[in-house]
Amino acid sequence: MDCQEEKPIIYTMENKPIVTCAGDQGLFTSLYTSLAQQLPREPMEWRGTYGRAPKMIHLEANFVQFKEELLPKEGNKALLTFPFLHIYWTDCCDTEMYKSSVKEDMLRWQNTLRSHGSADWVIIIVETNDTKRKNKTNILPRSSIVDKIRSDFCNKQNDRCVVLSDPLKESSRSVESWNSLLLKLRTLLLMSFTKNLGRFEDDMRTLREKRTQPGWSFCEYFMVQEELAFVFEMLQQFEDALVQYDELDALFTQYVLNFGAGDTANWLGSFCAPVRNWSGLLLRRPIDMEKRDSIQRGEASLLDLRSYLFSRQCTLLIFLQRPWEVTQRALELLHNCVQELRLLEVSVVDGALDCWVFLSCLEVLHRIEGCCDQAQIAANCSHTVGLWAYATDKLKSLGELCGLVSEKVPTSEDLNRTVDLLAGLGDERPETANSLQSPYKKLKEALSSVEAFERHYLVIFQSIHFLMSARLVGKSLAEFYMRKGDPERAETFLQEALKSYVSEGWSLPLTHTRRQIAECQKLLGRTEDYLQTSALLAGDENLTTEERKHFFQEILSFAGKSGNPSHKVSLSMNVFAQLTRLQFHPATASVHSGGVLQVELMLRSLMPVSVHIQQLAASIHFEVDHGGTLGRSKGAQRHTNLGTIEFNLGNPSAGLPSSAAPRPVLELDEVQDRSPSDNSLNSTGVVCKNTHLLIRRHESNSPPEMPNCVSPPTVAMKEGAQMLKVQDVTLEPGNNSVIFTAPSGQPGSYMLRQLCATVGEVQFIQSHIYPSVGYEVYSQEPQLTVEPLSEPLLAGLPQMVKFTLLTGHYTVKKGDALQLSNSETMPILPSTKLVGESTLSIQSSEKVTSISLPPTPPYHTMEFQLEVLCIIPTGSERPANERLTNGEIRHRPRSYSHPDTPMTAIDQRMSIDCPWSIYSTLLTLTFYIPFKTKHSLLSAGNRKYIQVCVQNVSDVNFTLAEVKLTENQHASLELQSFNTKTHQLLCSKHSVFCLWEVRWKDDLPSCLQCVFSANFSPINQDTSAFKPFHYQFQLERVTTLYSVRAEILPPSGEQHCRCGLVCDLEVCITRLTELSEGEITEDSKTDTDGLKTTKLMYEVADSSSNWAVCGKSSGMVLMPTKANATHKVQIEVMPLFAGHLPFPKIKVLKYLPHTAAVATQPDPDSCVENDSLSLLDKTLDDQADTASIRSRGSVHSVGSGDQQQRGVAMPRLEPFSPGQVFNHSHTQQVLVLPTTEDHIMEVNAT
Amino acid sequence: MAVCIAAFAKENYPLYIRSVPTQNELKFHYTVHTSLDVVEEKISAVGKSLGDQRELYLGLLYPTEDYKVYGYVTNSKVKFVIVVDSSNTSLRDNEIRSMFRKLHNSFTDVMCNPFYNPGDPIQSKAFNGIVSGMMVQTG
Repeated sequence: MDCQEEKPIIYTMENKPIVTCAGDQGLFTSLYTSLAQQLPREPMEWRGTYGRAPKMIHLEANFVQFKEELLPKEGNKALLTFPFLHIYWTDCCDTEMYKSSVKEDMLRWQNTLRSHGSADWVIIIVETNDTKRKNKTNILPRSSIVDKIRSDFCNKQNDRCVVLSDPLKESSRSVESWNSLLLKLRTLLLMSFTKNLGRFEDDMRTLREKRTQPGWSFCEYFMVQEELAFVFEMLQQFEDALVQYDELDALFTQYVLNFGAGDTANWLGSFCAPVRNWSGLLLRRPIDMEKRDSIQRGEASLLDLRSYLFSRQCTLLIFLQRPWEVTQRALELLHNCVQELRLLEVSVVDGALDCWVFLSCLEVLHRIEGCCDQAQIAANCSHTVGLWAYATDKLKSLGELCGLVSEKVPTSEDLNRTVDLLAGLGDERPETANSLQSPYKKLKEALSSVEAFERHYLVIFQSIHFLMSARLVGKSLAEFYMRKGDPERAETFLQEALKSYVSEGWSLPLTHTRRQIAECQKLLGRTEDYLQTSALLAGDENLTTEERKHFFQEILSFAGKSGNPSHKVSLSMNVFAQLTRLQFHPATASVHSGGVLQVELMLRSLMPVSVHIQQLAASIHFEVDHGGTLGRSKGAQRHTNLGTIEFNLGNPSAGLPSSAAPRPVLELDEVQDRSPSDNSLNSTGVVCKNTHLLIRRHESNSPPEMPNCVSPPTVAMKEGAQMLKVQDVTLEPGNNSVIFTAPSGQPGSYMLRQLCATVGEVQFIQSHIYPSVGYEVYSQEPQLTVEPLSEPLLAGLPQMVKFTLLTGHYTVKKGDALQLSNSETMPILPSTKLVGESTLSIQSSEKVTSISLPPTPPYHTMEFQLEVLCIIPTGSERPANERLTNGEIRHRPRSYSHPDTPMTAIDQRMSIDCPWSIYSTLLTLTFYIPFKTKHSLLSAGNRKYIQVCVQNVSDVNFTLAEVKLTENQHASLELQSFNTKTHQLLCSKHSVFCLWEVRWKDDLPSCLQCVFSANFSPINQDTSAFKPFHYQFQLERVTTLYSVRAEILPPSGEQHCRCGLVCDLEVCITRLTELSEGEITEDSKTDTDGLKTTKLMYEVADSSSNWAVCGKSSGMVLMPTKANATHKVQIEVMPLFAGHLPFPKIKVLKYLPHTAAVATQPDPDSCVENDSLSLLDKTLDDQADTASIRSRGSVHSVGSGDQQQRGVAMPRLEPFSPGQVFNHSHTQQVLVLPTTEDHIMEVNAT
Repeated sequence: MAVCIAAFAKENYPLYIRSVPTQNELKFHYTVHTSLDVVEEKISAVGKSLGDQRELYLGLLYPTEDYKVYGYVTNSKVKFVIVVDSSNTSLRDNEIRSMFRKLHNSFTDVMCNPFYNPGDPIQSKAFNGIVSGMMVQTG
């Protein structure tokens, strides 16, 4: 047993609660080992004060011999030395002995305790079998001693007396009594803790509440609360201990903040003292007594207090196995301390804090490394990296402060400062004196020389193996190297950083880094790179105008150097100026060869000032167009946006990314939903047609592309054969328009490839223009088209025809003329209009009309109008084919009826010889005849009339004048006009009828050649515009040969015909003339009895079912061929209806026997014709026999229609010409009375 | 209150950065850029432990001597960062949280705008106003 005579050393973590032992020391000593071992074996649940959560706790105790000095005096707040339990040991079993000595001793003990107000005691009575047996006779029963003690001392508290039986024996009884003893001890200990700690805490809180009173000291209070923390730590309640420190921490922080807010506490004054020592945290001791003492004395500085507090927290956290919280808290602490010193306006030597922070960081890191293995540290590097970075940062600023990071040697001033700083570190602590890698040594060495500093700095850098800060670290390193005057190494780091900024679209850091790179590149003399970077910077909107001008001046000053001309620096165009728009004039981007095509470039200059460019050139890729010469349509198709191409490059200098640059454009359409019934609007809206492209998940859209990456690739300008060039252009900042005149010599397609701006020795090159842009040059054949000025062209009237001549590649020279072959059906009238400026001269010869053209450049259009007249063909005359002057067969204009119009169309061909071709151009014009003319011969007995009907089928109204009919063969003939009006209106779709009577003196010629002529003009035009119209026709067999007279006689005894009664139809055919010459040749050769006769056939037919022919309806008549020969035929007819009935129709036809037919159409093999004749006769007879109601009109068809076509040699019937038979009773009517008989009439009323 | 407020796309390029005009903007850019790495770190750490029940607020990311950087990440991995002056000690964690929540709501509104292309820099006036509100209340 360590009998603790001296004041217990409390400053180790080996502290245990103190338990005093009084009474029989020998007895206790014998039991101490097992007691000390067994007490902590079983945990006890402890419900702490102030509602703390119940905890299981293993109790240990430091057993100390009871002395009165151990008892705390009034006002002593020390808890660690506080005896929580007092035990009185006795094994007395002898009543006498008890009475004589033990009781007194116990009373004294009790009194001492009571006088100190301690109620935490217990009396342990140890019983052994030995003692029992030894004193068997003269001792009281065991219980009596215990009872006695109980009644003497624990009259109220029975549990304050415990019996331990046979403690050194291994019997069940012994174990049991041990257990109950231990339980009792634990319970009592906890009770004591609860009571005493509760009291302590109450006092502590009371003290804390007094903090607003003057004279309250934080340091005092600190010591009190720390006492509590110590106890908790002693009880291994690290969490609770930590809470105490955290509370202190928070309290202090609050005071500092309040100070900042103007609420000053007096005790804070000591913490505002200037910082004299910056030796850093010390975490290797459990308790830093030096600092604790200084706190106790109220002499601690802020850094001291903070360091001590953190070292305690750190210790507890490590006990709690939370090392990563240490690092986190350390970083917070360091930041906080710096802030607090600032807040409290504590004066600090320059760099002192840097030293303190650096040392502290390393100390914390070392401490952590001391309690964790490598794997753990590697896995949790995210927790340490902050400290590493902070340390690095501080070391860097220290290096800068002490002149260790520069190309030069530190000055004496720097050295003085270093010495001052080192002095503030004090001596190295004994704990680390033997360690070679202590933070203290590191700092001292690093500050000792430039080389050492660099080595240490870089070593520390390597510790930061965490990606996150690596980039920033890279930049710091770069800055370090730049200060060291090592731009080459710096640049690599900077480029690395630049890449990441570019890829993540950070514009401001990008600009900054790029500036640093520019600096490096300038130092390194890498002209091309430097100029490129300068160009980027000159166009960088993040920089001020002055800075941009500076960088631009750098470029200009290089450009101005007239060094070796072969060495031209090529830079990327994008950083200098952007091509935003390209426009073609004309917009089709297609021009004929030799034509003028202008290309307008819209360049957005990114430079801060206006730039004079010696030459701006665009190279062209030329490709001969093989696909024909007409490039017009192709060109138009390609450039739908009317020759304007917008280039969308984004904004590279700003660096602000438009996330998806090639995003498709919205294609919107308006939609309207209309109701199907009444077409009213149901809904309208806008529909996006390309949603599938737009609404797409952009899952992995990489950060926006920056067109100008780290160093834009510079491409050499390809010298194309053809270039668009402009000399001496000045580009103002912003948009500039540059106009090129494009070469258009050769037909083909020209693609714009590269763009190059030359400024002195510097060339800005855009390697390719995208989207690809080009234009086309085409060549075209001359074209001549002739088209009517107005549709339709009317024949007979002068009509305007428009000639359009596209000159194409042909140049019309002076003297070039179009040669039009004349045709008499379509003369070209001399009046001409030209749509151009100069006039045409037209010379007509007999065969050719030549139009001499004015000189015209290629690719021009010439238009002129010619007046032509298409002569309306008069009739059937057919002139022999002629040959045109150029040897072509002249085609008679054929007239045909056009399906679209009622007018008759005439195609009129024109043949034109053009100067550019050896071939004639053949053109067709279609004219329409505005009139349709019909003629008819009318007879009245022997008198003859001719009627001409002119129908206007066109859409034009005409005036018809000087209507005339002439007969040109028979002079004796006189045509007497019945037309009274000289001028007659002939409206569209109307007709005009004209009538003449034919008069003759001797003989009427059988054939008349008539010409109808009239003048016409469109209405409302003067008489000069009248044009003749001719209509030629021929009338044959004009003379009336027979007259037919019919009469219907009522049945005998009746005055009128009656319905249903058969009447007699008497037909009287009379020959009016002698046999004329024409007839002889035709049909009157049959001479049987010397008398010339002709065979006639008559036929009675009623087409309107008014009459029923009874009996024979047709028959043959032999007519003598002399004048006034008459033949009468009687036919029975029966009227079927009552009323005025028109006479049945009587037809007279020529009957030609088959022999007669030979005359007209000689045919040798006619042997079979007899049969057919007889057949015909028979049918005729049959039909005649069966003359009845149904026999109407069939004979006619037999005779005239079919037979004539089937065989010419057959006997046939031939109708007379219209004027040859005159029917007197034509359209005559006869009255028919209804029958007298009664009839049942059926009346159907509907 | 805040000295710098920034929003970042999933790919870490900035959608929005605004800082107090009186101070060095470049420094904030660097600070914020560095803090993004911590965000990444935190996201990957959190992602492992808790599935979808993710706390959007990431807490203090990157304390420096002068500034405290707080982070917040939406479910679509858009990040918000608020930088607060270290001397501004009155600001509680809860206030930072509510600032982030406001920012998130406003950002959601921006995203709901059919004329906003996700991934483009935020130019919304409303968003700007919210940010201004957080920055103006200095004191």
